[in-house]
Order: sequence, then C-alpha cells, then structure tokens
Amino acid sequence: MTYFPEEVVEHIFDFLESHRHRNTVSTVCKAWYRVERLSRRSVFVGNCYAVRPERVVVRFPGVRSLSVKGKPHFADFNLVPHDWGGFALPWIEAFARGCPGLEELRLKRMVVSDESLELLARSFPNFKVLVLVSCEGFSTDGLAAIATHCRVLRELDLQENEVEDRGPQWLSCFPDSCTSLVSLNFACLKGDVNAGALERLVARCPNIRTLRLNRAVSVDSLSKILARAPHLVDLGTGSFTMDHRAEAYHRLMNNFTKCKSLKSLSGFWDASPRCLPAVYPICRNLTGLNLSYAPAIQGADLIKLIRLCLKLQRLWVLDCIGDKGLAVVASTCKELQELRVFPSDVCGAGTAVVTEEGLVAISSGCPKLNSLLYFCHQMTNAALITIAKNCPHFTRFRLCILDPGKPDPVTNQPLDEGFGAIVQSCKDLRRLSLSGLLTDQVFLYIGMYAECLEMLSIAFAGDSDKGMMYVLNGCKNMRKLEIRDSPFGDAALLEDVGKYETMRSLWMSSCDITLRGCKTLAAKMPRLNVEVINERDESDEMEENPSDLHRVEKMYVYRTVAGPRNDAPDFVWTL
Amino acid sequence: MSTDTRKSSTESEVSGLDYEETELKLGLPGGSRIGGSEPERKRGFAETVDLSLGGETCATDLGDRSTDSSDGPVSGAGRPPAAKAQVVGWPPVRSFRKNALKSCTYVKVAVDGAPYLRKVDLEMYGGYQQLLTALEDMFSCFTVRNKRLVDPVNGTEYVPTYEDKDGDWMLVGDVPWKMFVASCKRLRLMKSSEAVDLAPRTPQGSTNTK
Repeated sequence: MTYFPEEVVEHIFDFLESHRHRNTVSTVCKAWYRVERLSRRSVFVGNCYAVRPERVVVRFPGVRSLSVKGKPHFADFNLVPHDWGGFALPWIEAFARGCPGLEELRLKRMVVSDESLELLARSFPNFKVLVLVSCEGFSTDGLAAIATHCRVLRELDLQENEVEDRGPQWLSCFPDSCTSLVSLNFACLKGDVNAGALERLVARCPNIRTLRLNRAVSVDSLSKILARAPHLVDLGTGSFTMDHRAEAYHRLMNNFTKCKSLKSLSGFWDASPRCLPAVYPICRNLTGLNLSYAPAIQGADLIKLIRLCLKLQRLWVLDCIGDKGLAVVASTCKELQELRVFPSDVCGAGTAVVTEEGLVAISSGCPKLNSLLYFCHQMTNAALITIAKNCPHFTRFRLCILDPGKPDPVTNQPLDEGFGAIVQSCKDLRRLSLSGLLTDQVFLYIGMYAECLEMLSIAFAGDSDKGMMYVLNGCKNMRKLEIRDSPFGDAALLEDVGKYETMRSLWMSSCDITLRGCKTLAAKMPRLNVEVINERDESDEMEENPSDLHRVEKMYVYRTVAGPRNDAPDFVWTL
Repeated sequence: MSTDTRKSSTESEVSGLDYEETELKLGLPGGSRIGGSEPERKRGFAETVDLSLGGETCATDLGDRSTDSSDGPVSGAGRPPAAKAQVVGWPPVRSFRKNALKSCTYVKVAVDGAPYLRKVDLEMYGGYQQLLTALEDMFSCFTVRNKRLVDPVNGTEYVPTYEDKDGDWMLVGDVPWKMFVASCKRLRLMKSSEAVDLAPRTPQGSTNTK
C-alpha cells in the first residue's frame, strides 16, 4: 500500500462529515483506525447502554462534541416505567476524568440529575454547548450551576424537559462577564424568571440569535428584549397575552418590525388572537412557525396569519386548523418542507378536525414536502395514493389516525394499499409510523419497497407473525423497530436473530411473545441485551418465577458491547 | 332506558322539586344515554375523562369500561378498543405536550357576594352540563335551573360568565366547549340583575352545549 503520512490521512478524514463514514474508514486497517480515533472530534452514541462511557473516552480522547440517547422512543408515551434507566452521570463522570476538553454535550431522553449538571459545569473549562431534549431529573438549581461556571457558554438549549422549578435565581447566575451566548432556550421551564436579569443578559450578549422564552415572560418583557436584540433569528415568544393598552401593543409591533432577521417563531403560550397582528410585519420572512401550543388561535385568525407566511418551510400547528386551514397553507406556503399537525384535544375529540382532505390539499400544493407528522380522525387509501404521487420526496412520514385500527371510512378496507403506495413512491423514506386498520399485507409492501427505511413504528396492526417477518427480512437498513399491541409472537421474534445485531434496537409491548421466546433470543445472541420489563401491581398474583409460557408485556432488545447493564432496576430482567 | 325513567320519577317524588326539566343527563351532551349509569351519581374524574373521548362516533363504546383494552391482538376485522381512556400512550403525544396544553385549565370561580373564591379545573369536565353540576356541588346552596344557578332560599339567579383571553367578559355557553376551555381565564357567577349587558341568548335547551 502506498505510504501516506498520517497528517494527510487525517486531513482527508476531515472531509468525512458523517459518523457512519468515519466509522467505516476506521475499520480499513490499524493505521487508519489509529488516525481516525485520535482525530475524531464528534461522537454520537445512539443508545447509552450499547457501549460503556469509559470505552468511548479511551478510544476517542480528543472528542469535543458528544451526543447520547437514553430511553427507547416509546418512553415518550409513558410505555417505559419511570425509573427504567438512561442516566447521564456515568457519561459525565467518564468524560470529566478522561476528556476534559469536551465542549459540547447533547442528551436525549436521559435522566440528568442536578449533581451531574454541577459536575459538568465544573469539569470542562471550554464547555460551550448544552442541549437537553426530553430529559428529566434536574431542577433550576442544576441550571444555576451551568450558568455560574461555564464561562464561555454559547448554547443552552432545553427542549421539552421536565424541570423542577426551584425559583428564578438561576438566570441571575450568569455573571456580568458572560457575553458569549448565541442561543438560549428555556421555553420548557414552568416557573417565573427574573425579567430584569433576562433583559440585562440579552443586552450584554451581542451575538444572541436564538432566544426561546417560557410562559412566564410577559409581553412587556418581550418588547424590551426585542428592542435590545433586533438581530434575533429564532424567537420563542413568552406568554403573548396582552391587556388592552394600546401603547404596549404598538410598542411590541414596532419592535417586531425592527427584527429584520427573524426567521423562526414559536411559543405563543397563552396567545389570544388579538395579539397576533403584532407579528404580521415579519411573517413574510418566516421560514419556521410553531403554533402548536396556542389552542386559542383558530379559524379565521390562524388563516389570516398563515396567508402572510409565503416563505414558510416548517409549520407546526394544532388540528383545530381544520382541513380548510390546511387548504390555505397549501395555496400559500409553496416552500413547505415539514408539517406537523398535533391533536388539540389530546384525549381524542376536538372542535375542528383534520381528515384526509387536508393532507391531500397539502400534498398537492406543497411538492417539496419531505417530513410529516399528522394526527387526524380518518384516512383513506385513495388519499394516501394521491399523496404518494404528489409527494415522492418524503423522508419522514408519520401518520396517526386517532382511532386505533380504524379502516378506510369510504371503502371499509384496511389501509394497506395506501401505505403501500407511500413506501413504493417515496424511495428515500427513512422513517415511517403506521396507524389505522392494517393487515400483514402492508408489511409485505414495506419489506419489498422500503429499502432506505431506518425507523418503523407499528401499533395495533397486522394479523400474524408473517407481518413482522416481512419487515425483518426486507428492510436492509432497519435500525429501530418499535411495535405495540400487535399479534407478533415468538416465531416472528426468532425468525432472524442475527438481524438484531444489525439494528440499534427492537421494542415490543403488548404483543404475543413469551418468556421462552425472549430467553431463546438471549441465549442465541450474547451480544444483545434482551430486557424484559415486568411491572407488577399489588393485585397481580404472578409468582416470582413465571413460567416460560407466560406472555411478556414489554421487551426491549438492543445490541451492545457493554454486556448487561449494572444499573437496571428490579423490574427489568436482562435475560 | 326504562330503569332510568323510573329512578328519576322516584327522585321527583322524594324531593318535591321539579327535577325533570333540570335533570342533568349524564351522557354525552346531546347524545343518547349510556347504558348502565346511575343518573344521580356524581361523576368521578375517570368518567369525565371517558366522556371527552371519541366525540359522536363512540357513544356506545364508553359504557363498557370493564373491557381490558390491552388484551390480545387486534383481529383484522376493525376492532376499535372499547374504552379509549385506558389505552396507555395513545394517541402518541409526549407528556410534555399534554401537560403544556393542559396546565392552563385551572380557573378561579368567583360568586357575587361570596367572601372567597374557589378554583376548578375545566379539563375535568366534558361539557357545560358537568361544569354547572360541579359548580352546584361546590356552592352547595345553588341548584341548576335553565343553565343558571339559583339560590332557592331567596330566588336570586346567578348567570355564569367568564373572562376570556382578550379580557372580555362573556356569557358561558355560547362557544363550543373546547374553545371555551382554551380561552377561559376565570369564571364569575354574576347576579342576574347585573348581567344586563351580556344579552342572554333565547334559551333553546341544549343547542349551545357540546
């Protein structure tokens, strides 16, 4: 082999942007492995239990940016018991010891304690970026530690975390010398903030471009902040509730007008329709709009706002927008790439509804649409077939028909053909969530056509083991498979045990697998952790050692080089 | 159905009050009676949660609360789960979102002339009928009549009103229930005599409740 100096090889590797490519080149030969690991700056760990943190530190001592994910996705919907695991502390401890040059940490669905945040704040002198998504276990005291000790903090991004409120002082912990903030998102915090401290912080950070405020921030405060930070690109308004004082309203509108760079708006926590016109001046520049936490903005007010947003690429709304509102989106937002329509009554019934009509209109008016999350009351095969034809570029397609197992209301047929059309037409589809009445047939289609599919979510679908087998046999790129309430049993589970080593994880709950099936899988595949989650309530008379024929309610299987984990709670059995 | 009628006429006999026209039907507003429920039983939380599900299409499902929704596979023949409230994690919406959209529903209730206020969680109720019942329970001197609360001792009528997010005082009952829950900031039981500016709608039974 031609000799290349290591510096040259390293320089070439710099051009490899994805983790996957870097992982691949590291397997070519020992020399490349060595160069790659020493020059690696960014590591992504998709499952925190797939590898021990110490091992990551030893292999990649020069890491600057670490991303780790914890709980399985279905934890979002309360299917994973609260104390299942996913602790951040071992990661922070390991890196504090072996990699003090860490600058960026991104955690998703993990349990993060105040203690870990303290340790983080004190251990990494160059720490710049903290992103916590759907995490829990910490309070505003932990945030105070970050604010106090991270001298060069650039980003503090808290997305949809459960944070215990211990008072507003944390924000005042940013020292006067802190001027480096570029991005601050505390929208998920429930408690009050010190308005004066916030305004002063914003005023002394000239580079701030993203600012997402929480519900407690008043419109007055927002107005002042906008006046101090007219270069904002991404804004999460606070409560956006106004009284009727005309000057406050006009001041707000004026300050919005000055924000020429504003591209993304969110928040609107308690927004009433009367306040909306304050943002009209900047609507035509918006590429992102999130109104999904503003149930009081509906009907004509919502439509009026949308009509101004000609450049919108990303829209998140509640289903009270209705099919009519979606038709307006379709005729206005020609650049739309991502649409999310959330249910406004999370228990299932709402004032206005969206149906297949709204989505068909969108598909017809917005050909660039590639990412969809759509909660609706009904869907038809005909609509899905039309949508598939209109929008062949979907990479993410998540459809949730609120009534589980509901058929096509026009034909009373399952939705196999409709979803079949989606996977056949959308060759780049990477993520798919199914709903409605579905037989094994849809899985045949998925196995046949969805070559790029990496993540599949199944609920209340299928007739037999064959359904799951079609998917396991067909989808070469499958990484995460999650199934609930579907009739797949041991035969499907054990059909191709080697497949699970090519995937990150498999989740099955309320299916037909038994303890024997899980034990068999565990025995055959030592490099998988087969976790059986047993929640027992007091009324349950199950013995300590249930028989092998006992149905397993929840199972989580994942590949790992770390062996069984040592922090599993009592109700989790690693077989 | 005949059982229910029998019960309600017994109640009228006992109390002497004219129950029939004010009897709160504990089914879906405007919908048919749910088989098996007792009319006078105060509704617990679980039941009010059930009522807000499924809308018009599922009235018949809600009576069967004993069904274990998680038993066994779904057969191919379109079986919706009988009691949606009990399907954990469905629809798949993050708790954060559920809580965020939910948390603003506690509102203060003031009654003209009463020394202190109460607080209710509007999300506990499936519609205007239940809210009125709850207010009736809470301020136990009142009874519900014609969508108003009446103090039978002195005959004073109280009109339920609310302040919306725009700061306007509105008459309870004009907008769809969900819209009301989303926009109500607080409630005030206003003495009828003071409620002249809130022009009351011509009472037409339950047309304005959802």
